[in-house]
Amino acid sequence: MELIGNLLLQGVQMFLVLVLAPGLTGLVRKAKARLTRRRGASVLQPYRDLWRLMQKEVILADNASWLFRVSPYMIVAATWVAASLVPTFAIGLEFSWTADFIAIVALLGSARFFLALAGMDVGTSFGGIGSSREMMIGAFAEPAMLLVVFTVSLVAGSTQLSNVVAFMQSDAVGVRVSLAMALVALVIVALAENARIPVDNPATHLELTMVHEAMVLEYSGRHLAMIELAASLKLLLYVALIGAIFLPFGIGPAGTGFAGLAAGLVFFLVKLVGGGLLLAVLETSVAKMRVFRVAEFLGAALMLGLLGTLLLFVSRSL
Amino acid sequence: MSRPPKLLWTRSRDFRALPFQVSDVPPAGWTALGTLLAEGKITLLGLWAEAPGVAMALYDPATRRVAVTRVRSRRGAVPSIGASHPPAQRLERAAADLTGLRFENAPDPRPWLDHGRWDIAHPLAGGAPHPGQPPYAFLPVKGESLHQVPVGPVHAGTIEPGHFRFTAQGETVVRLEERLGYVHKGIERLMQGADLARGAELAGRVSGDSTVAYAWAFAQAAEAALEIEVPARAFFLRGIMAELERLANHLGDFGAICNDAAFSMMLAQASVLREEVLRAASDCFGHRFMRDRIVPGGVTADLSAEGASRLRALLDRIRDRFPVLVDLYDNTASLLDRTVGTGWLSPTLAGQFGAGGFVGRASGRDYDTRRDLRYAPYDMVQVEVAGRKEGDVNARVWIRIKEVEHSLGLITQMLNTLPAGPILAEPVSLGETRSGLGLVEGFRGDILAWLSLDADGRIARCHMRDPSWFQWPLLEAVIEGNIIADFPLCNKSFNCSYSGHDL
Repeated sequence: MELIGNLLLQGVQMFLVLVLAPGLTGLVRKAKARLTRRRGASVLQPYRDLWRLMQKEVILADNASWLFRVSPYMIVAATWVAASLVPTFAIGLEFSWTADFIAIVALLGSARFFLALAGMDVGTSFGGIGSSREMMIGAFAEPAMLLVVFTVSLVAGSTQLSNVVAFMQSDAVGVRVSLAMALVALVIVALAENARIPVDNPATHLELTMVHEAMVLEYSGRHLAMIELAASLKLLLYVALIGAIFLPFGIGPAGTGFAGLAAGLVFFLVKLVGGGLLLAVLETSVAKMRVFRVAEFLGAALMLGLLGTLLLFVSRSL
Repeated sequence: MSRPPKLLWTRSRDFRALPFQVSDVPPAGWTALGTLLAEGKITLLGLWAEAPGVAMALYDPATRRVAVTRVRSRRGAVPSIGASHPPAQRLERAAADLTGLRFENAPDPRPWLDHGRWDIAHPLAGGAPHPGQPPYAFLPVKGESLHQVPVGPVHAGTIEPGHFRFTAQGETVVRLEERLGYVHKGIERLMQGADLARGAELAGRVSGDSTVAYAWAFAQAAEAALEIEVPARAFFLRGIMAELERLANHLGDFGAICNDAAFSMMLAQASVLREEVLRAASDCFGHRFMRDRIVPGGVTADLSAEGASRLRALLDRIRDRFPVLVDLYDNTASLLDRTVGTGWLSPTLAGQFGAGGFVGRASGRDYDTRRDLRYAPYDMVQVEVAGRKEGDVNARVWIRIKEVEHSLGLITQMLNTLPAGPILAEPVSLGETRSGLGLVEGFRGDILAWLSLDADGRIARCHMRDPSWFQWPLLEAVIEGNIIADFPLCNKSFNCSYSGHDL
């Protein structure tokens, strides 16, 4: 009986991220619209868009291979699994032993791999430009992300997110410079990974400046819906991840009972809204950087992660 | 090497009041003029086909005088100016498409406006059925690890159509080749045989964002040809309209350039100001873009007392709001990082091509039709000309910022000294063939209108040259060595007209 309850809870978590993800995207868009004196579409618009895209027929290029057709599902599956591994409102869920930090990085890496291949599959020049830029960003973002993982895991003594969150909630954390560095690095990586300003512009119509959008230009119908959903899931993943590690308030253990879980859910929603609004403010207050500046930007994240890791060793040996 | 022929150089105040005296030159003299142009002693203002040959408008910066010269074609051919002076090449290609003239020794004989999709060939020369055309040959590119990125003609944004063929090495642009002509409307053909009223309407539709400047240039040409005395009030009203148009476009550009660096805040704020200008224009003159308000002889819409105070309120509002946006631009490091040093145009090229407007003035070409080839009402007000030497996107943004401030000042001056009186003098045909030249500073630069009228007062030939003719080729030069992702920024900082260019 307990197993069924636990499985149910895990199911709720998986379902929750899927349901909330488009809402978070809608919220960011709405907030950006308000900040630029526009009325903006409803927060629910991304749901409507997904529904509309699911109804539409898929237009495939004549030379599209199986890879092009399979990729959207691979991408959404990998991202969804990764997103549902991140603790949102509860820790110690049934599958939390799989919720390994490095596994999440690997899952997102796989999604990126498929997306970049799909971008090049049809052979349009924009897809190629997008893929090559995406891989450049990935080449800088992934090491930075791993160093953040190392820092956090060394502090918490585990790469399992459930344990990390439990440790962060305990008094054993204290004030750590390394964690502050990891936070900054993780925010930078999150911006780059989610194709947000200043690295990429999710709202642009300029083909020549696109990164993520350039790769998916050839997609339509349900394929595009899958990719849009995956992008929303990824954004939610990073907001949830930053929230879970650095603001672990309200995340209860699985056996905490209904009230605890409900409180955890409310806290999670507050974190999502807060993260979404902060992102909107950031995106309206800076311009996009030159493509080659991205390397410096992510290099900063890499160095911060590295410094955080090194500082841990230094402070320990003293 | 023959000596350059003697031309009739005319001062601004003369050619604006009187029919233009064309200097006919022999083919050898024509070639010598090409050499003179290539040496940079004089500037090319325009080149167009006009039976029985080709005509060319020239500007002498030293004396601030203008000449129009003509060469007769022999067996359907004239010597090419483009062979020695590259800025003339596209004008010659367009003239060849429209009339079937051949330009001897032209370095680039490919068609330009004619994409092989017209029903008729050479529309200005009778217009026989179009024989068809081989596929357009883009310039060949050879080299290691180069790839091509074709963009357009249909773009993702709501902008005009034009094709850009990039050759890139990684992210770095090795060459950009433009292909234009997708918005050819046949205006020059429609002009032939039209009466003045119809001609003024057509002129106002050459390029929608410069409709005031085009209508004014056409009106100037007609008024000079027919020696019409335009009432003073009409001049001032034209000036106010033209400066309002400049304001609206510069404000729009300012926001749009920043938006191309993903700084949407500026677009939002600048668009509000632009919209306020357009609404004020609509309230005062009855049309948001003030189309068909300038006609030969004067203007068709008068400014009421309420209109004048409406405009003053608008100016106050922009004076209040605009500096905040300028500060925001100047203090946003991430934005300046994109604009400073991007898309550098050398002063040499700007001078060679006679680049008008913010493109030229940001690269040290100190020229403004309002000051250097003065016309009413700018001879009665204080005209300031902005200038920078850096030649990058940032400089072009700053020229616009300065010109917004100058336009505010100009409108205030004109409102303060607005004379009373009639606003329109009816044009009367004089029963003989006449030609006139109009030169007006639009927001992009100098717009040239050449008008030949027949004895009935109908239009025999009208050629309107957009400033973009000399800016589009510079865009190709500017993007070289920049990264592909910076093209939209460079392009928007030029903001050349497709419609005005394709005619």
